[in-house]
Parts: sequence; C-alpha cells; structure tokens
Amino acid sequence: MIKLTINNQPYEVDASPEMPLLWAIRDMVGLTGTKFGCGMAQCGACTVHVDGNPVRSCSFPVSAAAGKKITTIEGLSERIGEAVKKAWIELQVPQCGYCQSGQIMSATALLKNKPKPTDADIDAAMQGNLCRCGTYQRIRSAIHRASEMIQS
Amino acid sequence: MANQLTNIDRRNFLRLTGITGAGLVLGLSAHADGVATVENLAAAGESFELTPYVLIEKSGQITIFNTKPEIGQGTFQSIPALIAEELEVSLDKVTIQHTGGEKKFGGAQFSGGSASVRTSYTSLRKVGASAREMLITAAATHWNVPVSECYASDAKVFHRPSGKSLGYGELAEAAARVEVPKEPRLKDPKDFTILGKPSPRPDVPLKVNGTAQFGIDVAVPDMVYASIERCPVLGSKLVSYDDSAAKKVKGVVAVEKCERIHGVYRSEGVAVIAETYWAALQGRKALKVTWDYQGNDKFNTKTYEQSLRDASKQEGAVEHSQGDFDKTFAEAPVKLEAFYETPIVSHSPIEPMNCVASWKDDSLEIWTSTQVPGRIMDDFTKTYGIAPEKLKIHVMFNGGGFGRRLYPDYVHEAVQLTRKIGRPVKSIWTREDDTRMGPFRPMTFSAMKGALSADGKAIAFQHKVISPTLDMRKDYDKTKADGTMTEGISEQKYEIANMKNLYVHHYLHLPLAAWRAVTSTTLAFSHECFIDEMAVKAKKDPMAFRLGMLTKESDTKNLLNKLKEVSHWDKPLPAGWGRGVAQYEFFAGLGGFVVEVSKKGTGIKIEKVYAAIDLGTVVNPDTVEAQVQGAAVMALTAAVKSGITFENGQTVQSNYHNNQLIRINEMPKVEVHILANGGPRIKGVGEPGLPPFAPALCNAIYAATGKRIRRLPFDINKIV
Ligand code: FES
Ligand code: FES
Repeated sequence: MIKLTINNQPYEVDASPEMPLLWAIRDMVGLTGTKFGCGMAQCGACTVHVDGNPVRSCSFPVSAAAGKKITTIEGLSERIGEAVKKAWIELQVPQCGYCQSGQIMSATALLKNKPKPTDADIDAAMQGNLCRCGTYQRIRSAIHRASEMIQS
Repeated sequence: MANQLTNIDRRNFLRLTGITGAGLVLGLSAHADGVATVENLAAAGESFELTPYVLIEKSGQITIFNTKPEIGQGTFQSIPALIAEELEVSLDKVTIQHTGGEKKFGGAQFSGGSASVRTSYTSLRKVGASAREMLITAAATHWNVPVSECYASDAKVFHRPSGKSLGYGELAEAAARVEVPKEPRLKDPKDFTILGKPSPRPDVPLKVNGTAQFGIDVAVPDMVYASIERCPVLGSKLVSYDDSAAKKVKGVVAVEKCERIHGVYRSEGVAVIAETYWAALQGRKALKVTWDYQGNDKFNTKTYEQSLRDASKQEGAVEHSQGDFDKTFAEAPVKLEAFYETPIVSHSPIEPMNCVASWKDDSLEIWTSTQVPGRIMDDFTKTYGIAPEKLKIHVMFNGGGFGRRLYPDYVHEAVQLTRKIGRPVKSIWTREDDTRMGPFRPMTFSAMKGALSADGKAIAFQHKVISPTLDMRKDYDKTKADGTMTEGISEQKYEIANMKNLYVHHYLHLPLAAWRAVTSTTLAFSHECFIDEMAVKAKKDPMAFRLGMLTKESDTKNLLNKLKEVSHWDKPLPAGWGRGVAQYEFFAGLGGFVVEVSKKGTGIKIEKVYAAIDLGTVVNPDTVEAQVQGAAVMALTAAVKSGITFENGQTVQSNYHNNQLIRINEMPKVEVHILANGGPRIKGVGEPGLPPFAPALCNAIYAATGKRIRRLPFDINKIV
C-alpha cells in the first residue's frame, strides 16, 4: 500500500511502486481531470503539482509521490489557480478541452514563480504542453489576463 | 448550468414524458424530400417517428438534445443556440444532452464536414420558434387574451398590457396540446440575443475544472482494462500467440483476440485484459505473438512515393473538363509545369482512442468519444446482430476529433472483448498505438500544367491528382475520378477558359481516413502554389493576378479583397520579408490567408498571419476565431513537421517526440476576419481555415527568398 495525499485528502493505493502516478490518480483514486496523452512526458496532459512543482504524472513513479503534497486540477483552489481558471473562462480558451487541465496546471505553476511573465517566459514554461486544437494564442492571452488579475 | 446527462435512460424518460403528456416534446420530422417539418411528439404518443430536440418539463427544466458530438468545434453551444434563440431561453438555463444514435433523432447524428451549423441553421431555428409559438398560444388561451398581446422572454410568456407572466414549465402541458404551427415565424436577425454574438460555451467551465467527462474518463462497475497488441507491420495476419508469461502478470485476467474493422482494412490483434490499465500494459509486453506479414514488411514510403511519380505518367480519369485544354496548352505562347508532393499525416488527437463497452445478455452499452453515434448505431446493430433498442451509446466529450473519430474501429475492438469475457471492458490505445496504427490521411501528388497568353493571362490549367484513396469501401471503383481525392480542384472561381482536371488512383494497403478538411489540405497547397507560379511567370503581383481572374462577383473575390485590405497588401514590407496569399473553396466552405515571413538565418520566421473565412451567416464569432486559429496551427504542423513515414512496413514515428506537433513557442499570431454578409449559402467553420494556410506560407517564402517549395513537409529552419 502506498500512501498519497491528493488535494489534501489521504489515500492508500495498492499499486506496484513503478506504476506512474497518473494511473493511481485516474484509475485508483478516480480523479479523471488529469489526462493521459502520451505516457512519455511529451504532451503535458497529465501535469499535476507535486509539492507545488509541475510534474508529468505519466512519467513519475507513484512511489516517488508518497508523502508529498499532490494537487490535481480538481484541487486547484488557491488565489493564482482561481485566477487562471477565471481567465481561461473569460477568454474561452478550451476547444476540445482535453489538454486544458495540464495547460492550467502548468500556467498556475508559472504564475506562482513569475507573477508577471513575459511572452518568452510563457514560451519556456508552456512548451511542454501540446494542444492539438491549437489554442495557444488564447492560452498566452489568458496567462497575461490571469497575471493582471493577481496583480489587482 | 448545462451539464451532461449520461446515466438516465433517455428512451424511457422520453416515453414517460410523451405518454403522460407531462411536457412539450418537439422534434423534426425529416421527410423523404429532405424537407424537415416540426412536429409535436407528445401528441404523437408512443409512435415517436420523429427526431426530438427539445423537451420542456413541468418543473421548468428544459433539455435540448444535440445530435452533433462536441469535438472542440463548439457544437455544444452552436447547435442548442439555434433552438434557444428562437425559444427565448438563455443557454445557461438549459441542459444539453448528446444523442446516442437513436432513430428518433434522425440520420445526421455526426460531426464532420464542417456540416453541423450549415445544415441545421434554419431547421433547428424552426424547432425553437414552433415551441415558442405553442407556449405563447397556451398562455394566451389560459389568460383568454389575444396571442398578439403576448410575447416570450427568458423562459416565460408575458402578457404585455398587464405584465403578468407564466413560466415555460407551467405552460408545457397545455402547450403540448396546441397544434404545431406550419410555418413558425422566425425572429428577425436584428433581434437576436445569442446568434451572431460572441457567446460563452457551456462546456468551457467543465473543461477548466476537470469535470468534463471524455470517453477515457468513464468508469463503470466491474470494469476491466484492455491494451491490444497489433502487428507493427500494417496489413499483417495474426498466426499465433503465447500468453503464458502475460497471464502471470499480476492483475491480468484474460488474453483474447479481437478484430479491428476499418472498412476493407481488417486486422486481428491480441488484447491483454487486466484489473488495471498498468497491469494490462505490463501483460502486453510479456506477450509473444507470431505474425504473417503478407509481404508488407517490404513496404516503405520512399519506394511508394517513386511509384506515385511513375503513375503520374498515366492519363488518368477526367474529373472536370471545360473548353479545350489540350489544344490551348499545346499552342500557348507561355506554358509551365510543376510537380507537387505531400506526406501521409496522423490525426493525433491528445485523447487517444478508447472505448468502454459492456455486453450483458442481448444488450450492449457503449461509452466513447466519437464523431459518429448514428453510424455506430447503424453498423453495430448489423455487425453484432443487436436490436437497436438494445444498443445504448453514450457520446462523451471528444478529446479532439479531426476526422479520426469518424471511424469506430476502436469501438469494435472493445465490443468484441466485452462480449468474450462477460465484463465491461475499457480499451485504451497507447500513444504509440495511435501514431503507428492510423488510419492516416493519405498523401496526394499533383502534376500541374498552366498556360498563359502573350499578355500574361491564364488561358489553360490542369491539376492532375495521383494518390491512393481514403475510401475504404469494398466496391471502390478505381477507374473513376474520385471526388474525395480531387476535392475542390474544379471548384475554384478563377475564370480560366480551358481546364482539364484528372485523377490517377494508386493502391496503398494502409488504413486511410479523412483528416480535418480532407483532401483539400493537400490539394490547396499544390493548386494555390501553382497559381502563384503562373503569376510569377506572368510577371504579375499574385493578388492582382488572382483578382484579375475574378471578374464576376463571387465570395472568393470578396474574400481576397478583404485579405488585401486587412493585410495592407500594397504596403511595402521591410527588406528580407515576403508575403503570400492563398484561398481555397471546397464542400465545407471558403477560407484564405495572407502570411508574412522574414528571413532568419538559414530559415524563415512567420511574422504575421491574416486569415479570412467566409460564412455567409455566423452563429458564434468567438468560436469561429478559435477554429480558424486552431486550423492554422494544424496546417502549420502538417507543413513543417515530420509527417508519417514507413520503413520495413512499420510506421517510423511512434509518439510526440518523433511525430511532433507545433508547440506554443512556434505558433504565430493569427488575426481572423469573418465575412458574414448573408448570401445564399451558409458555409462551414471547422475546416476551411486549414487548406489555404500552407500555400499562403509557401508563397510568402517564395516572395522572401525566391525558393519555391513543392514538397511538404519542409524544414522551416533550413530554407536557404
Ligand atoms: S501523458 Fe504525461 S506528458 Fe503526455
Ligand atoms: S483544447 Fe483540444 S487539445 Fe487542447
């Protein structure tokens, strides 16, 4: 049994230690907002925060997450996360929406480190998150908008 | 708040409503002549030979049924909006439910061909308008006042002189007994509160907080997971397999064969079924499978491409002919020829193919991300011998469609597996499965010929397409010109007197498929780049050359004039820059781009992108802008990233590291202009923004560098 803390809730999962955290979150805990896209840290759809840092949960063994604070899209609630979600709705960012949990987790982590990111900062922080629908232009605008919201 | 209803038994729900007359159920009856009329389902009792779209319950709850699966294109808003506008309700007060292929909802339960809004615009407004008029009549009767003194607003009917009102829920039962108006009065577009305005999509909040349910998110009790090993050499046969090691993996419960069905392309795979997906993946690694490659292990794209070039020497079937091309071309003072090539590409939606299926006794239940619930209902009842009322399809949000989810091959596999093991099965393709197995957009090669008069006017034009077909039907006739593979080449509005367009079919054994904007995605490239070559040969400005061939009024002419204006076409660019233009009209609609590029080292930087899309009528401009921007990104990926290639019968690419997509840092800004000046034809949104992007880009590169790109993909960082 591996003990996990996800969105401040304790869980115990019966998983082999090398199983990626993604499948523990989705299939065992039942939080499906975190998505599977590639399984090799190429698309960012599975991004969660582990102790506040963005992590590709498809390539992160569940055993390494034990005892750490894991946040998924469902648990994203503090000020910056709320601002990001608000900006995402205001600018109607999602198309199919499948990549967007990961985009929002990455954007929130970026804004925590850099409340006023430049376009270059956005390029650097967000290029690990693919969007096949091509919502990039709105993602960029929404990050700037969320940044404004957290300044005021 | 709109939400997804997936767990209620919709059929019983409707029947209950219909029988008790508890509410107003309105639908469209599609007649043989294709004309749809609005009919009252509640009055129709149990027969239900109609397609119900709107349901009003006594409680005031309004449900709008959406036959167009949401794949990111915004039909979760645009389709219900057509009804809600006329019904005078705001979408946030409505429950929107995807239909699951039920006969009552008619034969057009699919998302594809950018068809959703353009084919439903008037008929669905009539549904809403009829409901509104029936509710108003019910209220007027109740108050004993003239109908003319009543109006509907915000899900209520008001009596203007007295100000009294009744909610739709209170009126639903009486309204259901009102005769359905033959010709309901549609609102004057100037009174629209939803249509034509940028409107928020009801699915967006769900996609921002993680609660939107995609196919891959479905879980049902007692469900097991499947991962399927298919032969890496496409077109092989399964000989045998040894599952002894696989079965020893903890959590593995069964190993079974299943068949992937994609038209004439059939292939057997071996599924490892386990209590967790991870265990299924480990079990799959432990499988030992023997395949018969059927000679397909010798296939590679390089050789195949050469065979396409060779096939281009064939005359081909005539797709379209006007004037006398052969004679004019032979005698013309100025002529030119060019050969264009494009690659195979993958759809690669970020949500991999998946399906949950549950076979119990003689009933089948399917939960999946699909573009085609109607087709699944038709095909699966036949293939598996299930009565239509025993098949229930839950259409989930699609994590991308792009044409991939027009094909339910992945649904077939899951259905066979649940039937074999007697438990609900969730089958998930890995990204590697998705990348390697297709179905793929085929390549097209194009042999172009053009002739000019001495004063530089286009007098003859030929586009010959050489390609495999994406038509996977058994009875495909390869001697005929294939309209899908020559899409749009004879639809351009350029006035060229002598034209002969041709098609040469060349067989390819791979599973092939439509891809967003289908064959226009490759043919627009050859077509519009070659028009540019003709302009250069004629020593004319490419925009002026095009407009010179558009003397008659047309949407194309308006579109190009719009692009000319918004891009400041005639304003000189900085040194080292170039601009290019392209447009393409095809069944889905009409779009165009002006792209500006600059030289950057050995490569090219895209500086500015101006897009125009002609719709005639627009439902949600905000969604249109997003669709065109997204289409440009997808087109750029197809133009400059690897595409799909084969060696030894196997797909070379496997995941996003070697089948790359454009990322945020590579995405230029796209400024979108929507033309919505009415006009007889409403055009599509999802696809027309794609085809003209690559030719506009390549024409801009020519203008900046003098280098003519005739083969996709190309390396944008190594042009000169
Ligand atoms: S699923 Fe983890 S990065 Fe793609
Ligand atoms: S919104 Fe569809 S993949 Fe990003």
